[in-house]
Amino acid sequence: MASTQTYKRTPLYAAHLEWGAKMVPFGGWEMPVLYTGIVEEHTAVRERAGLFDVSHMGEVLVAGPHAEAVLNHLLTNDVRKLPVNQAQYTLMCNDQGGIIDDLIVYRIEPTVYLLVINAANVEKDFDWMNAQANAPVVLKNESDTTAMLALQGPMAVSVLPECSGIPHFHIARQLLAGKQCRVARTGYTGEDGFEVLCEPADAVALWTELLARGKEFGVKPCGLGARDSLRLEMCYPLNGSDMNGETTPLEAGLDKFVSFDKQEFIGRTALAEQRRNGVPRKLAAFKMTGKTPPPRPHYPIIAQNRKVGEVTSGVLSPTMGIGIGMAYVESGAAAIGSKIEIEIREKRHPAVIETKPLLRRAK
Amino acid sequence: MNVPNNLKYSKTHEWVRVEGNVAVVGVTDHAQEELTDIVYVENPSVGAHVEATKGCAVVESVKAASDIYSPVSGEIVEANEELSNTPESVNDDPYGKGWLFKIKMSDPAELNDLLSPDDYSHHIGG
Repeated sequence: MASTQTYKRTPLYAAHLEWGAKMVPFGGWEMPVLYTGIVEEHTAVRERAGLFDVSHMGEVLVAGPHAEAVLNHLLTNDVRKLPVNQAQYTLMCNDQGGIIDDLIVYRIEPTVYLLVINAANVEKDFDWMNAQANAPVVLKNESDTTAMLALQGPMAVSVLPECSGIPHFHIARQLLAGKQCRVARTGYTGEDGFEVLCEPADAVALWTELLARGKEFGVKPCGLGARDSLRLEMCYPLNGSDMNGETTPLEAGLDKFVSFDKQEFIGRTALAEQRRNGVPRKLAAFKMTGKTPPPRPHYPIIAQNRKVGEVTSGVLSPTMGIGIGMAYVESGAAAIGSKIEIEIREKRHPAVIETKPLLRRAK
Repeated sequence: MNVPNNLKYSKTHEWVRVEGNVAVVGVTDHAQEELTDIVYVENPSVGAHVEATKGCAVVESVKAASDIYSPVSGEIVEANEELSNTPESVNDDPYGKGWLFKIKMSDPAELNDLLSPDDYSHHIGG
């Protein structure tokens, strides 16, 4: 039977077309990949600020007196360490310690948590949480009734001065353009900035307001292309590319988001064993050493004339002007400073394993 | 969209300027706009034999690598070396500084298989 895949559209779909966006499928959604150009948008975020539609992201509310205990069973980080109105990066793993999703938990009330999860995983995550919850708890999938905008860059705070009192990795209720929102000082770019959660019906008004306010600061609408190159310069892993159900948080270098000093959680046994025995491979960051084609996912990594891994994310860094990426590399070949080669169209190009993040700036 | 009158075009968005028995090849304005920010050009080597409609070069944007198909068959007699330093010329000046390579044609009759400016404009929905 012939079928045409239909993609979901965010409330900002028409606004994207108006701004000249090139739309692409992503995680089941039709999303803007760019408006005027990835490099231009990337640079706007590093130097000024950019506005992203991230309404495709999923939101799940977890509430009730057992919410903390259930989340500590489902997630690797320790939610007991999370004060009200703060955010925590964490992972949801399967029994083998493989990553189901990476997410941010916001504790928005003493017993109410908001989880922001990856667009492509909403159903999978929600089903898993329902099946694995080990105590009675309210689980509500709010993904279709929540829109989200991300204003990212050093000038984000100039555009939203009323949010300047929200500390890094905190969340607060905030009236913006007359609309009730939750504003979090979080993001996926490595820059200061805000993520604004709102009603879908208010998304266009907020988008328009933020771009109008941002005009004097050179704020640009930015697509997923720039979002990807920005996060990769910071070595923030992308679910589905840099991690999946077959890779563990320890292999992905996310050890500090796995709390072994809390009670049992899903995946703990497998992860504890891996911590004892060492990981067979590591998500390494690399930089090309000369002018080469941009590294891209699935290109082989060669060391000592042998394949030792595979690129999972790559790009020509707009900020550094050189090819960068991340790759799973056999632990023996993944030490910082190790010389490797990336095979691109049957030709090998030199690269070196670097510390994360790849982008480091003078403070 | 800029579709100059003095060129021939392939359905895969390459242009050809005929200079005697040499075909100068590049990508069209439409193609560069679709590809967006071009960051790397991998041209064929001088002396290489290329075949009409077969991939012979790669143009890479930030987001993807795209094959460039040779519009005609023959031998590469020159490749645009400047593009290794200024790949963005393909975006900025696709019919000028952004040319890719030159082919000494082995069968100039293949030019008849290419599209006229009008047909190409129609092809890209212009």
